[in-house]
Amino acid sequence: MRLSTSPLRELLSKRDFYAGGLMVLFGLGIALKGTTYRAGTLMHMGPGFLPTSLGVLLVLIGIAIAAAGMAPDGEEENQSLLPDHPQWWAWFCILMSPVAFIFFGRYFGMAPATFSCVFVAALGDKTASWLSTVILSIVVTVFGVALFSYFLQVPMPIFTWRGEL
Amino acid sequence: MISTALTDLWYGFGVAFEPHNLVFCFIGVLVGNMVGVLPGMGPLATISILLPLTFGMKPVAAILMLGGVMYGAQYGGAICSILLNLPCHPPHAVTCLDGFPMTKQGRGGIALGLTVFASFVGASWGITEMIFLSPLLVKAALQFGPAEVCTLMLLGLLAGSTLARGSPLKGVAMTILGLFLGSVGTDLETGSERYTFGMTELDDGIELIALALGLFGIAEFMSSVNQVAPINTKYTNVGLRDMRPSKADFKRAFFPMWRGTIVGSLCSLIPGTGPTIASFVAYATEKKVSRHPEKFGTGLIEGVVCPEAATHSSVQGDFIPTMSLGIPGDAVMALLLGALMIQGIVPGPQLISQHADIFWGLVASFWIGNIMLVLLNVPLIGIWVKMLAIPYKYLYPSAMFFVCIGVYAANNDFFQVGEVVVIGLFGYILLRLGFHPAPILLGFVLGPRFEENFRRAMLISRGDLLVFVERPISAVFVALCVILIGSQIYFRLRGSKAPIQPSLQAHGEGRPAVAEMHTPAE
Repeated sequence: MRLSTSPLRELLSKRDFYAGGLMVLFGLGIALKGTTYRAGTLMHMGPGFLPTSLGVLLVLIGIAIAAAGMAPDGEEENQSLLPDHPQWWAWFCILMSPVAFIFFGRYFGMAPATFSCVFVAALGDKTASWLSTVILSIVVTVFGVALFSYFLQVPMPIFTWRGEL
Repeated sequence: MISTALTDLWYGFGVAFEPHNLVFCFIGVLVGNMVGVLPGMGPLATISILLPLTFGMKPVAAILMLGGVMYGAQYGGAICSILLNLPCHPPHAVTCLDGFPMTKQGRGGIALGLTVFASFVGASWGITEMIFLSPLLVKAALQFGPAEVCTLMLLGLLAGSTLARGSPLKGVAMTILGLFLGSVGTDLETGSERYTFGMTELDDGIELIALALGLFGIAEFMSSVNQVAPINTKYTNVGLRDMRPSKADFKRAFFPMWRGTIVGSLCSLIPGTGPTIASFVAYATEKKVSRHPEKFGTGLIEGVVCPEAATHSSVQGDFIPTMSLGIPGDAVMALLLGALMIQGIVPGPQLISQHADIFWGLVASFWIGNIMLVLLNVPLIGIWVKMLAIPYKYLYPSAMFFVCIGVYAANNDFFQVGEVVVIGLFGYILLRLGFHPAPILLGFVLGPRFEENFRRAMLISRGDLLVFVERPISAVFVALCVILIGSQIYFRLRGSKAPIQPSLQAHGEGRPAVAEMHTPAE
């Protein structure tokens, strides 16, 4: 990175530093939680044995990834954490689409769930217009309900009102 | 020996020709091809999205259909790479090098036509290998104790994570993460719950479908949304008539096709070297033996058929360890193995004898399916070409629906739809940090069996870790693991990456942004 002058700043600008760091965090979490399960002995392993060892291994590899990223000859690839044009809104829409599916599926049935799921996801596209989004959602709903409800017999009511709760 | 194999094969054709199996194989090929053509849908995404459709089926029909989906998607991906220069699946990155220039010259149809043929040749060779090698491998594998199974899995996992795309260290990290995710839920041996955090929904572990769709569905959509350049359909006017190669083209493609097939099948014999490496090696070999290597990259038919034949022959070859040992070589195989496990079939050396109908039916259906692929693609090429033009903004919301309903249909449980959101978010973060999530699936599928065999081996040896090097077969596997790690360190210290990969970068400059995104150049 061009701006880096101090070693610390250089460290923080490397993607592999974060990659390794995340693995260390994962590994620590896994290992610490793993120690609350019985480890047992090598001969009679308890439930905690394998996960704890995996966690420790992951910590070591995380450190190695971060260390390898520090090497000056690191590959000249995109080191930035975010893509050039972060798509926060689109990411949010994509992640919310299953949430909409869960909510509408639980309380209103398959057809509303499908519609909302497609609708929310489609809103993420920059060029999407309301009309095209609605048309797409309707088409997928009709097709999807026909396929999954009638043909594949997924046991989910098409329409319901506050079904299970 | 040969005669028993042929009798079994005959039996397999009987299974595959049963009308409903035939129909499902056809549907699999058709739908797989259709979805695989769509830009941005690689075989992994295609199989995981279509996996839920097979839940209600009998095991044989389900696996036959998924097999069809797999090679249908693979061929569909080749169409997308040749006509649009968009490799949705890493093996096709090489196909683009000469495939897209051919398209620009108006010879895309010929490239497609010969690709169909090359993939058929490659696949047929791989299937033949499968018929004769699998029983041999099973015979050997039945002698394995838990120690051997354990070290063999270790070798498979290591090879799968270090030889695949990207940094080996990151690959290993992903495998470990996958092994861990496989241990979430009720411990089979002691019955205690692990990492469920009091959520009873997690008692049965993380759902394979949720993991696959989160990593290869949602995470991929997040990285592609609003980033996909509008598709350039300028060159995609390919019709039926354009596909017929001239005699000269055919002659030129004939030997490269066979060389690719051989390279692919050799690569499939080494664990962990999936179709990606096979296609790279095949392209490099072809360039070496060619009389005019400088013309590669300008639209040579050799540069298209050779890697495609290699890909298909190595994919079929990868089925050998998957079906006969229960050890998948890459994420696609892991997913298919997971599909078998969902159907209640335990993978391993006993699979071929216990479920002869599945194994031999699958082998026979490969041939039938590949012939269907040829027959389908000739008349339907016009439709596939039209499907290429479907914009991404319609594609991913529809795919999101398939993700949601697919995960839901696995157990009729909304909790798992929630799982897929969390996994998708994590998958995207991992992608951004330069990890390739495919080995997670490998570790996840093998994890529980690895733990079980490790425990058993330790119980038998009374807690002596030396058992892994004292038993000769197991010692060989351990030695191979050590060689693998050693060679990785050696290459690293010498500063050169895996020797085959740089050849792509030299040509890669012309690829559009999307292509880079799907196969981040490492």
